[in-house]
Amino acid sequence: MVRDVAFGQYFPGNSLIHRLDPRAKIIMLVAFLVIIFCTFNYFSLLLVTLFTVFYLAFSGISPKFYFKSLKVIFVIVIITSVLNLFYGTGEPLWQWGIFKLTVNGINRAVFVTVRIICLILSSSCLTFTTSPTDLTDAIERLMKPLNKIHFPVHEIAMMMSLALRFVPTLLEETDKIMQAQKARGADMESGNILKRVKSLIPILIPLFVSAFRRAYEIATAMECRCYRGGSGRTRMKVLHMSKCDIFSFTALGIMICGVVLCNIFIPAVI
Amino acid sequence: MSSILELKNLGFVYGQGTPFEKRAVDDVSLCIEKGEFIGVIGHTGSGKSTLVQMLNGLIKPTTGQVFLDGEDIWKNPKEIRKIRFKVGMVFQYPEYQLFEETVYKDIAFGPANMGKSGSELDFAVKKAAEFTGLKKELLQKSPFDLSGGEKRRAAIAGVIAMDPDVLVLDEPTAGLDPMGRDVLLSQIVQYHKERRNTVLLVSHSMEDIARVADKIIVMNNSHCVMFDKTKEVFSHGRELEKIGLRVPQITKIMIELKEKGYDVSDGVLTVNDAFEQISELLKKEGKIW
Repeated sequence: MVRDVAFGQYFPGNSLIHRLDPRAKIIMLVAFLVIIFCTFNYFSLLLVTLFTVFYLAFSGISPKFYFKSLKVIFVIVIITSVLNLFYGTGEPLWQWGIFKLTVNGINRAVFVTVRIICLILSSSCLTFTTSPTDLTDAIERLMKPLNKIHFPVHEIAMMMSLALRFVPTLLEETDKIMQAQKARGADMESGNILKRVKSLIPILIPLFVSAFRRAYEIATAMECRCYRGGSGRTRMKVLHMSKCDIFSFTALGIMICGVVLCNIFIPAVI
Repeated sequence: MSSILELKNLGFVYGQGTPFEKRAVDDVSLCIEKGEFIGVIGHTGSGKSTLVQMLNGLIKPTTGQVFLDGEDIWKNPKEIRKIRFKVGMVFQYPEYQLFEETVYKDIAFGPANMGKSGSELDFAVKKAAEFTGLKKELLQKSPFDLSGGEKRRAAIAGVIAMDPDVLVLDEPTAGLDPMGRDVLLSQIVQYHKERRNTVLLVSHSMEDIARVADKIIVMNNSHCVMFDKTKEVFSHGRELEKIGLRVPQITKIMIELKEKGYDVSDGVLTVNDAFEQISELLKKEGKIW
């Protein structure tokens, strides 16, 4: 069902990665994603892959869930790697009509596959180990400078956390409504597309009604507690950088240096 | 009498294989006879709702089986819809499932899914509306224009209209005013009397259960700890209190009287019965005449 999607889920825990400051995690992830695409030879690619595996191992989350998150993008990986396989330049190793296989093409395919996998795994690592509220808090803090150009950072962050807060609620609600309509014999598993779309009406209408009701309720509840937007608002949980953060920043820094050195001293293959 | 529902070692685990794994129902075996009015009690999170949802195949038990009229309901998973017509299920706060343009159409949703049409459908809808005490003029209104109590009735009518052999109601009176509760409850009793079908009522109100149920299932920590006649169950006041439940106030008074040495029975369920017993007692002692 809807809940089976592992990508973007949060698993509570107390591992090294869990304890990192969410801001640090976001900054590190962004830096890491850039570095993934700055790998031009197999040594640097290996370095990046090892670093990913190293971090996943520290997150204390069962590899099963990482595989699950990869399953979602499996098709994309296959398509892009096959496309890259035949788009190489240079001497063809093998040719059939317009399809020609080159060393360059094979290299490209390997690189794009490994890069996408690392990208998904490292982003999963962030969402698996960081609660949605921590994540929005961190984003709000990181985007604070944008306030200077009158960008409504606090409002956007509040909307994000409200939206995230309601994802499980609405999922649960959908589940309940589905059960109730199924109990009245609603048939959602058979029939052609048109019939299936029509069978969603008994679920969507009550869902919209309750979503609006909940939106009004939460707005009223927030006003009752004198919520008036971001100005002058203090936070309950103040984020702190700790030793763990320094340690992982250092590890990332060393890895980046390694990739740069590899790129300088070893010729690029793509 | 023959048994209509039989549960064998029924168990259910939420989120099996995830860190959020939770055992909701564990090894429940019991047998429900045709035509019985069964109360299901247990504190919040004891597994009542999960248990009743397995009765009509809305969730598939992780262990054990459910037999309806002697047949395993999951024998043929493709036919599970038919089971749902036989075991009607009214959820908590059922008014949130209303979706049609008119109340009439919404009540007709279930029977229409069964394949009923024309006068047969019309009859089913009107009969169900009558059972739940919905006024005729409300049928052509939008369900979203009704009051809370009327919405609740409309939603219950939507399930009754399927004319199920077993009707399961999960806290049908929650959130209604005292008057609304009493009326709705007597309508359910009336419906049970007329149709002679089996009714399962999940409730937190011991008074309600004492008033209507023949037998009671007591759930605690995902186990079924008692399944017996209402009087028997409520004579175990101390055990019930231990698992966070209580007996109806009048039953408790009578139990305490008995503990003080008065000659009364300990499974008294209604104020009327208590009145009779106490006046009997007073007569014997010559206090009234």
